[in-house]
Formats: sequence, structure tokens, C-alpha cells
Amino acid sequence: MECQECHKRPATLHFTQVINGDKTEVYVCEVCAKEKGYMTYPEEGYSLHHLLSGLFSPPFETQQNTPRKQTKELQCPKCEMTLSKFKQVGKFGCSQCYQTFEEYLDPIFRRVHSGNTAHHGKIPARKGGDLRIKKEVDAYREELQRLIKNEAFEEAATIRDKIKELEKKLGGDEG
Amino acid sequence: MTLQQFMNEAISPWMREDGPDSDIVLSSRIRLARNFAKYSFPILADEDDLDHISTFIRKEYENQSFQSYKSFSFIPIQDLTPVERRVLVEKHLISPHLAEQGHSSAVLISENEQVSIMVNEEDHLRLQLYFPGFQLTEALGKVFELDDWLEEKVNYAFDEKRGYLTGCPTNVGTGMRASVMMHLPALAWTQQVNRMIPAINQLGLVVRGIYGEGSEATGNIFQISNQITLGKSEEDIVEDLQSVARQLVEHERRARSRIMEQSSKRLEDRIYRSYGILSYSRIIESKEAATCLSDVRLGIDLGIIENVSRSILNELMVLTQPGFLQQYAQKSLTPNERDVLRASLIRERIQLEN
Ligand SMILES: [Zn+2]
Ligand SMILES: [Zn+2]
Repeated sequence: MECQECHKRPATLHFTQVINGDKTEVYVCEVCAKEKGYMTYPEEGYSLHHLLSGLFSPPFETQQNTPRKQTKELQCPKCEMTLSKFKQVGKFGCSQCYQTFEEYLDPIFRRVHSGNTAHHGKIPARKGGDLRIKKEVDAYREELQRLIKNEAFEEAATIRDKIKELEKKLGGDEG
Repeated sequence: MTLQQFMNEAISPWMREDGPDSDIVLSSRIRLARNFAKYSFPILADEDDLDHISTFIRKEYENQSFQSYKSFSFIPIQDLTPVERRVLVEKHLISPHLAEQGHSSAVLISENEQVSIMVNEEDHLRLQLYFPGFQLTEALGKVFELDDWLEEKVNYAFDEKRGYLTGCPTNVGTGMRASVMMHLPALAWTQQVNRMIPAINQLGLVVRGIYGEGSEATGNIFQISNQITLGKSEEDIVEDLQSVARQLVEHERRARSRIMEQSSKRLEDRIYRSYGILSYSRIIESKEAATCLSDVRLGIDLGIIENVSRSILNELMVLTQPGFLQQYAQKSLTPNERDVLRASLIRERIQLEN
């Protein structure tokens, strides 16, 4: 079996991750396991420096024969945090750093948060209004699927109306 | 100032209330890290931006009340003397990190000191809410309401995928750190705590001694908190912490009754020796004081020592720290002078009981 991250080396390691109750099987090579943060450090008090350094060897540039372009260092347009500085201090400079360094974040978060990379908690009431509605719509859609499967068409119609109602609110006042 | 007056000012009003399971769980705390979307995080922000934030918070929230958390005082850190800063740290109202900040860092504290909101710490805002005893769910409910109240005026840095954005990758997502402070003397004596720690760590929770250095717990007081902030909802994190803490409470109760059955004379002897040391010593270091206070508190919980109020441990653990001692003395003290004052303050406090 090939490594599901680099698709080059053979997968020598197998991890089972439980994220939000969902079990995911991961088959990776040793190099990717380290780089992508599948290997976690269970001991308490790991140093974030230690954790970040080594992660930053550019992800897919181990390929031979590919001439590497010398690019300007990645830098956050808002706070001017550079990738090397971020790597050194292990802290973000502003909220835009999250987008700037996006491609490097999953492995870091995986290590720090036991395999997790996405938020599943509170959403700001005001700002997240749309997001809350979207989540509600998603929940209703699932409900709808279930009702249709059970041929409960009357209830399904009610749910469909609710979804339409909510979708009207979405982006309604944004113009 | 008399000791009574000093204590009245020194002990947070909420600490005097009794919460559920408060024989073992001293307090429950939830902390949320939040940032303004508009400004860089404190490590990289200009002084001007940080000033804006702190001026905004002062303008909007000073002297305001939220539900039962009345009249917030706004305290700029730079207005405080080093001893006053230390006192706030010892009361856990601000972090040691905030205490070191100067310009434009501040704290907003409710009258009953249950709520404190640090401004321009590692994140723009750090909301903290304390409850006496074992009340994590209650604390979570309240801190959410408090968060919504602040959010009416603050545009938070939030990302659909990553959640609440924070300065440190270890806080991103919920930005939440939930913790309980537990007095576990019987589990500590029987060496059981150390054996349980690895299993607790496996569940994504961290155990550390609260007053001691590193993981060593002075006074057998341990803090259990969540390590992971991303990928799990606040409710789930709190539920996990709660169920572990609940088990610890039960283990501790069992260990206590086992000690009572198997070696009650030795336990009684140890408790009374500690009571004697606290009642009569003239010089006492903080570590010895903490150990003796833990013993006496256990004696009170087990009904071995009567007529001494339970709150003595919580009160004296706070009051006998260096910052408080120096505030009481109204001057800076050498370590030796502190040990003398600590002993006399403890003696006086015990006499207040009789
Ligand atoms: Zn690979
Ligand atoms: Zn940035």
C-alpha cells in the first residue's frame, strides 16, 4: 500500500484517529507521519518550538529533479509576520496569519490538538449569524433525507418549508 | 489594619460561598481567549492599536454590570505597584504574564471578583469566570452569556474552519480552558494521584500542582484542565473534564474512608501535629504551611477537628503567599521576614476561630 499523503513511499505506519466520534484510518510512511503531525507526542510539556521546527521543511519538495524556484519568503500582509519568524516564535501575529500560513497549519494543529484541525464549538452570535443558519439548514437537510427515506412525506414537506424560510434569511440583508 | 479587615479585602467574595462537593473541589473556572478581528494580536500590534482596545473596553465596560456581576472596575496594569500586581496574580485574577505588561494592558474585574477580563494579554481579551465548588456546567453557561454580551460590541476574530483565532496555536478553536481546583490529600498520600496522571493525560487533560513548582502540588491542591481546544465542542470538553473530576472526587472519598478505617490514629496524630505547628510556630515556610493547612483542612472535612471553619485552607493558601504578606506588612520583606509574618498571621487567623 502506498502512503496516502505523498503517494510515493510505501505506507509503513497505520493510525486510527477518532475525531468527533468518527474513526478515520490513516496509512502513511514514516516521513509523512512526522511531517503531517500524525505522530503525536503524548508526554506533557512538549515544547512548541521543538514541535514547530522540523515541520517546516517545505512539504512536497523532496521530489528530485524538480528545479526549485527561489521564491520570496511567505509573509502576512497585515502584521508582516514572516514564515521563519512564525516558525521561531510559534505564535500568530494576527488573524490573517491563519490564511497566510494556511498550508502549514494542519500538521501543527494535528499535533497540538490530538489529530483535530477544525473547530466544532461555539459560533459568534452576531458575526456568525449566517453560519448558524447554515448549520441549522444542514441539520434540517439531514432530517429531510431521513424522513424521505422513511416515506414520511408530510413531515418532509414541513421541513422543506423551514429550509426555504431559512435560506431566504441567508444573505438576504447583505445586498 | 486588623487581620479581619485585611482578610475581608483579600478574599474574593465568591470564595466565601460554598459550592457543591466543596469538600474536595475548591473552585471551577472557565477561561475564554478572544481577539478583535481588526487589530493584530498583542505580540505584534502597535502601541496605538493596543491603546484603542484598552480605551474602548474602558469606555464601554467600566462601571457596567452584567447580570449578577456588578460594577466592573477597570484597572490599568501600569497604575499598580509590583506588590499590587503580585496580589492580583495570587488571587488568580490576572496571569503572571499580564502582570509583566506595562502600557495599555489592563483588567476588568466584577465587584464579587467572579469575573475578570484581561485586556491585552497574549490575546486581546481573556475572559475568566470562577464558581465555588464543582460547577463547571454552570460556569460554562454563564461564560457563554458573558461572551455574547461582549460580542454585541466587539467584532471577534473568527474563522469558519478554525474557530476563534488566538495568538497561540494551542488555544485556537474554542479558545477555552476549563479547570477545576481539587484538594486531594488522601490520593496524594497513598501515591495514587501520580499513578492516575498518565491515564488522565491520555484523555486530553492536564494535571498540575497549583501552588507548587511544576507538577508538584503544594498543599495537595491540583488543577485539572483541558489541553485540546480544537475539534471538540465546549460542552464536550467540559463534560470530559467533569467526568474525570467526578471520578477523582469519588476516589478521594474512598481513599479518605480507607485511611480512616485502617490507620485512624496515625491520621489523627498527623492532623493534630499540623494543627499544633500552625497554632504555635514562630517561623514557617510556605511549603510547610501548605502541607499543614492541607492536613488541618482534611481534619475538618473528616470531623476530627471541630470548631474551625472549612474556608481556612482556601483563605490561608491565598493570604500566606509573598505578595499578600507584603501587602499586609505594607512594605517589602525578605524571605526570612516573610516566614515570620506568615507564622504570626496563621496563628492570629486560628485564634479568630476560638
Ligand atoms: Zn508519505
Ligand atoms: Zn498576520
